[in-house]
Amino acid sequence: MWYYAARRILMSIPIALGVSVICYTLVLLSPGDPIQALLPPDATPEEVAFLKRAYGFDKPIPVQYFYWLMRAISGDLGISLQTNRPVFTEVMGALSNTIVISVGAVLLAFSLAFALGTIAAYNAGRPADKIATGIAVVGVSIPNYWLGIVLVIIFAVNLGLLPASGMGTKGSTNFDIFDWEQARYAILPILTMSFVPLGIIMRTTRSAIAEILNQDFVQMLRAKGLGPLAVLRHATRNALPQVLTVMGLQLGYLVGGSILVETIFAWPGTGFLMSKAILTRDVPMLQGAILLLAVTFVTINLLVDLLQTAVDPRIKRA
Amino acid sequence: MSVASLSDLSAAPPTEKLPPVRGYWASVGNRLRYDYLTIFFLSVIAIIVVLAILAPLIAPFDPTKSHMAYRLKPPGFRNFMLGTDELGRDMLSRLLWGGRTSLLMGIFPVLLATLVGGSLGVAAGFMGGRTNTFIMRTMDVVFAFPSVLLAVAISGTLGGGAKNGMLALTLVFIPSICRVAESATTQVRGLDFVEAARASGGSTLSIVRTHILGNVLGPVFIFASSLISVSILLGSGLSFLGLGVEPPTPDWGLMLSTLRAGIYTQPLLCALPGAAIFITSLSFNLVSDGLRQAMDVKA
Repeated sequence: MWYYAARRILMSIPIALGVSVICYTLVLLSPGDPIQALLPPDATPEEVAFLKRAYGFDKPIPVQYFYWLMRAISGDLGISLQTNRPVFTEVMGALSNTIVISVGAVLLAFSLAFALGTIAAYNAGRPADKIATGIAVVGVSIPNYWLGIVLVIIFAVNLGLLPASGMGTKGSTNFDIFDWEQARYAILPILTMSFVPLGIIMRTTRSAIAEILNQDFVQMLRAKGLGPLAVLRHATRNALPQVLTVMGLQLGYLVGGSILVETIFAWPGTGFLMSKAILTRDVPMLQGAILLLAVTFVTINLLVDLLQTAVDPRIKRA
Repeated sequence: MSVASLSDLSAAPPTEKLPPVRGYWASVGNRLRYDYLTIFFLSVIAIIVVLAILAPLIAPFDPTKSHMAYRLKPPGFRNFMLGTDELGRDMLSRLLWGGRTSLLMGIFPVLLATLVGGSLGVAAGFMGGRTNTFIMRTMDVVFAFPSVLLAVAISGTLGGGAKNGMLALTLVFIPSICRVAESATTQVRGLDFVEAARASGGSTLSIVRTHILGNVLGPVFIFASSLISVSILLGSGLSFLGLGVEPPTPDWGLMLSTLRAGIYTQPLLCALPGAAIFITSLSFNLVSDGLRQAMDVKA
């Protein structure tokens, strides 16, 4: 177990390095001269040359990459062209907001999906199964950027129950989910975000529980005279590690892919930050956000993998 | 044993009649024939595709021509069957034309990624060893990005436009298709019939073509078909963010994003392009599920 954990952690390092290479390459390939972006349009050639040397742009590309990587590791991702503040602090501040709605969405999705999936597996082939499976397909097929708009039309425009966008007057930092004045702003984003993981977790639960219900020990439980609920208690316990793994991976996808939902609700997270950076062509901000989100995603996957090994004794990894 | 006894044997009439053996595709077809859900959604896709192809002929208006006097009109206003958008362009015409770009964004990247990712996966699986390690570890790195993030990252840095959008989607799908092809190839590669083909002097190319591809194409095809729905959602999502198709080209994602401004006055208009995306992606998802079951391919 410890050997596996150490190996798994070491394996993430080349992946993280690869991720940084991709982030760096993307910016190299992007149109426009990065120096031009840093300077006012009326800069003299001397100023351009000075800045080129200062940023190391006169060195070969692998060397430039190495400098950039060293700075990135120490938390220096450059300065945002729009706000003139360090990219690292901007992205980190936004990341906590993204995590709030992502965790909310994945928990909501999990609780609904686990129940639905269990019901579907227990009633395999019956109408209850068909309805639950139908909900799952709708969840993964619905464009969440449209769902968000529809929810706004219903709950904000027509019913006037919930705010349509933003995060309220208390500002975008120190979000307190237990303060209703703030929490109500998170409801629609969380609901919108939960549909895709709902579909995916429900499918996983259904197939995991259906497989367990076919095993011999379940026959034995039934033969012993246990009722449906008692049988399901055994089945769910056995399915839980697998489902929790998928839930963890989904959390990673939500944190990394929050851009559409956050853009609709103007929720000040990393996705909204990126969407603004794209509109204003704020390349350092975009690059920093992509790098930090990808690293977060790799870390979440690593943690999920380690937790799974720790929780489920059946998995023996050499 | 003489030659005569052998010919006697072959001349002997069969004692009992065997039921006709059904081929693989015949049994797949038979299973599909009774799967009414899949047939229904297959016809929905067919209708959407036909409408998109015939858009230039059946669209009542020019999708880019604006009627400034009639902006954001509800469905049924004058000759505008589904109303007009924020620039007074006919919604029905734009939806029909938009289907072309949206379907293209959904299908083309998946096709291209299947070609590239499938070849890479078969190469990695068949050659094994260092080639496999190199290809698959490279794919792992691309996998380290959530798909939405990677698509946004590529088209965000390279700049918008339908071409970059499709390139981004293709790159997003290559690693997962490559993994499916690689694992299917690795499973088949060590089996006896491949060994036998090699022993009887089959060239690498012919082994791959007749023995490997026959076993790999099924799972890859099913997996790729399930990606079409994702590709439509992501492609329209990119356009929604202003990273995909550029205005004034009609596209469902782009229409959704511009009509958002009108949700307080004409919420229904805004719901239309989204509903089109939803129905298309739902249909592709269900048809892919149906094909998976009919072809008996494990997920």
